Amino acid sequence: MTQALCLGIEGSANKIGVGIVREDGEILANPRHTYITPPGQGFLPRETAVHHQEHVVSLVQQALKEAKVAPKNISCIAYTKGPGMGGPLVAGAIAARMLAQLWKVPIIAVNHCVGHIEMGRIVTGARDPVVLYVSGGNTQVIAYSEQRYRIFGETIDLAVGNCLDKFARVLNLSNDPSPGYNIEQLAKEGSQFIELPYVVKGMDVSFSGLLSFIEEKTKELLASKTATPADMCFSLQETIFAMLVEVTERAMAHCNTRDVLIVGGVGCNMRLQEMMQQMVEDRGGELYAIDERYCIDNGAMIAWPGLLAFKQGQFTPLEEATCTQRFRTDDVLVTWRD
Amino acid sequence: MSKDDLAKEGFLDPIISTASCQLLSQGAEARVWSGEFLGRPVILKQRFKKKYRHPVLDKHLNHSRLKQEVRSLLKARKLGIPTPVLYDVELEASTIYMERIAGCSVKELLKKGMSPADRHSLGRKIGQLLATMHDGSLVHGDLTTSNMLVRSDSQDLVMIDFGLSSISGLAEDKAVDLYVLERAFNSAHATSVDMYDAVLEAYKQHSRQWCPTLNKLADVRMRGRKRVMVG
Repeated sequence: MTQALCLGIEGSANKIGVGIVREDGEILANPRHTYITPPGQGFLPRETAVHHQEHVVSLVQQALKEAKVAPKNISCIAYTKGPGMGGPLVAGAIAARMLAQLWKVPIIAVNHCVGHIEMGRIVTGARDPVVLYVSGGNTQVIAYSEQRYRIFGETIDLAVGNCLDKFARVLNLSNDPSPGYNIEQLAKEGSQFIELPYVVKGMDVSFSGLLSFIEEKTKELLASKTATPADMCFSLQETIFAMLVEVTERAMAHCNTRDVLIVGGVGCNMRLQEMMQQMVEDRGGELYAIDERYCIDNGAMIAWPGLLAFKQGQFTPLEEATCTQRFRTDDVLVTWRD
Repeated sequence: MSKDDLAKEGFLDPIISTASCQLLSQGAEARVWSGEFLGRPVILKQRFKKKYRHPVLDKHLNHSRLKQEVRSLLKARKLGIPTPVLYDVELEASTIYMERIAGCSVKELLKKGMSPADRHSLGRKIGQLLATMHDGSLVHGDLTTSNMLVRSDSQDLVMIDFGLSSISGLAEDKAVDLYVLERAFNSAHATSVDMYDAVLEAYKQHSRQWCPTLNKLADVRMRGRKRVMVG
């Protein structure tokens, strides 16, 4: 019997990706294209949606070619229902609905956060870890219990990646390949630690006050030449990652779990992985981290949970295949786990 | 733990050797030992270094949290809330020395089994104490049944572990404090939820600001898991 194939389309933020995944978890193709804005600027929903519309068809063609499969071999189409930016989400959803009708296959709506978690689990083989999901739009500490990915702690304002992106604009760093990557590289040259607000409230974190503080402080310190941009990047990373590791440790103590999985775009930051590694080692557990191919938004991370749901006989009626900007991780009933 | 191990982790030794003490528990933030200090039974609470944190940040956090804990312990006593007597603080060793309470936690008492009447009266005691504490702008931050002890001799209720406490007059913070306790009751003592009702009943009678706090508590419950996530 031939194995089922799922084609997934992801376009919730500034990346449009198409992935093809086989039933055994093998990723056959996973091309993506990123909308990169000039330094000092962020991506706006409208322009990003146009970017996605322009690239989605060629990415589908590229994915089919790389995977060496024909449309008739595809068993189902998965797409990102949310959370994300409205315009870009719609661009992906329209492409998915069109393909589903063209190829006469079922369509499956996928939660973006669940996509990250399931991708991380299949790539690393982690069984039941505490998940730290850190990206430009989300910051959550998650643990699985009774058919749901439950949120133990989260940010009460900005997402950690958003905080890094905005700080990169203060320093006018390049957005290519990503602002966070450039902060990480610059931070390696930093040595002076500037104390910044450290805000952990129970299991939750907050970054907005810290961002306002560092924006002002940076102007002041750079003007008086008492600190370099590298020092600021270093101090920012040390502070916000310490907050993330601390709440993750609390969640581990609460759930009695030893292992941690880091997913999401900020998850490819090596300094964050290093700090988490130290904490996890002290607790006798294991850290599961993935590289930029899977950490950063991609099509396969949507195709894989789509395929898991498809095998459970779940799919979305075409008229309900919409998208939503607000879609909580714990709203999804996880039928494919015990 | 030997002296060498402690040194390796970059601790200064407390003035009494932990080798003579017995490790009671190891949490995410601190180790708790039981020992003897100037002939009295003591509890040592030592916060440990987090290797992943930048040393400057780690020291700053450890110190400020230690100081906050000590301040809250003292403030609680000023308000008339029974807490362990503070014997000594060693900032450099991140250690607090406190009176060792001979008694049992409320959690253990519930586990052993209590009559409904006993549960009711203990619940009322807890409620009254929390009312006094909150009216004095002290928020515990980690209200669970394992952080409340009952002295075996006088049957007095003693509050412990002010490690996450803060000073706040906001109804929001007090409501969250109560909500944490409510969740503890719901999850760990499903059969003793009537005791939590007694807590709220007494809280309402004794707190001057019960109205805004309990209104806020209703809001906090409604929030369930806080705001809708924005992608």
